[in-house]
Amino acid sequence: MSRLSTLIAEGRRPVVTAEFPSIDGGGLEAIERAADELRPFVDAVNATDNPAAHAHASNTSIAIAMSQFGLEPIMQVVCRDKNRIAMQADIVGASLFGVENIACLTGDDVTAGDEPEARRVFDLDSTQLIKVAAGLGEGHYLSGRAIKQPPTLFVGAVENPFAPPLDYRVQRALKKAEAGARFLQLQIGYYPERLEAFVRGCVEVGVTRTTALLPTVVLTKSAKALSFMDDAVPGISIPVDVIASVAGAGDKEAIAEASYQLTLDISRHALSLPGVSGIHLTDFRHDGSLERLVRDLGIGPAFDPVATASGTTSH
Amino acid sequence: MPKLLPLIEHAVKKPVWDCRMCGQCVLHSTGMTCPMTCPKTLRNGPCGGVRENGNCEVKPDMRCVWVTAEHRSHSPAMPRHWEEEFNDLRPPVDNRLQGTSSWVNFVTKRDQRTPRGWQGAAHDAHSAVPGASMVEIDDPTSLPEGFHS
Repeated sequence: MSRLSTLIAEGRRPVVTAEFPSIDGGGLEAIERAADELRPFVDAVNATDNPAAHAHASNTSIAIAMSQFGLEPIMQVVCRDKNRIAMQADIVGASLFGVENIACLTGDDVTAGDEPEARRVFDLDSTQLIKVAAGLGEGHYLSGRAIKQPPTLFVGAVENPFAPPLDYRVQRALKKAEAGARFLQLQIGYYPERLEAFVRGCVEVGVTRTTALLPTVVLTKSAKALSFMDDAVPGISIPVDVIASVAGAGDKEAIAEASYQLTLDISRHALSLPGVSGIHLTDFRHDGSLERLVRDLGIGPAFDPVATASGTTSH
Repeated sequence: MPKLLPLIEHAVKKPVWDCRMCGQCVLHSTGMTCPMTCPKTLRNGPCGGVRENGNCEVKPDMRCVWVTAEHRSHSPAMPRHWEEEFNDLRPPVDNRLQGTSSWVNFVTKRDQRTPRGWQGAAHDAHSAVPGASMVEIDDPTSLPEGFHS
């Protein structure tokens, strides 16, 4: 049982997950440094799979290295780059090294990356991948071929409550839950009312009975970063008045502080919703703001007294 | 005739639905909108990249296939059970059926065959698999040459 699955099952406190930075070089020391920064404040961290269709050190290598440095990985697997055989092999292979948490994603299109000439694969879609991954944990490949000592897996996925068709997103979350997703990390979003409607819907149709919802918040330092996400990141839209209010906060420092406060507000709101089990953090600041955020929110292994009392933070 | 069927099917379905001849048609359960025209060929709903205006992440000028599909699935012109089937979990595409007639595959039920693991069953690779020795006449790879063009 992974620590993430245990924490979610216990439900004693909000879980905190985060995004691991992309690694391209620098050996294992680079991974150790990044792991050291995150370890005290989070429960598990995403080993990304060629995010935004840019090649980086692979999801499997990062996930394995993270676990060796005492940081629990959530290995992302995206459908864009590999067929069903390769994706199953990655999940089973990583599990040999103790990687249990798997997040199944469709993946940004190749045109979002710096190699738009690449062939896109999408042999499975993310919902199919969830069911296939769950099957591996039950002891068989998609073909039906048995795995004698099956991997222990905790399978999850992502969902975007903020992108059209808005009315359908709850159904899609339900479909993923029924396929075997036990957690859903939600896309970054700046429309609190959409998150509210989505979470409420998920509670109503029963998604949250089996599946933990983890909204994502992002730490940024400037209005430019918000504009960039609005323009360039698929599936993220930010209202103009939100960007304007950050931009109009004053000098560079005031803007950075306004950006932080925006993230804090969004986080507080997300965590206040019944049905939300925790939060996923993306840090574009790398200036200690992640620690400040979990401290201000009073969550995570470092700042949640419940966790400390129950001893769930020991690795 | 079997040789002609894929041609006829393509001639009918290409102009109307931009049919890609996946050979395992699910149009009725996807609001009569072909999911294979999604640039990511997603068969179980929209990705997270749909733009704020409802257009495709990959092709900014194209309406998201699944936004259209979801909208059409509620159309009063569609039979009620088609709308209900919209939420079904559709299995992975069988890539061997590409280019074959989904009409034939529907009649033979070939389009409903999924890998054993999709149904949740494990089998031991070393023991005999029930039925494995039977000739699977609904497998296009074992049909007479030329059955599918």
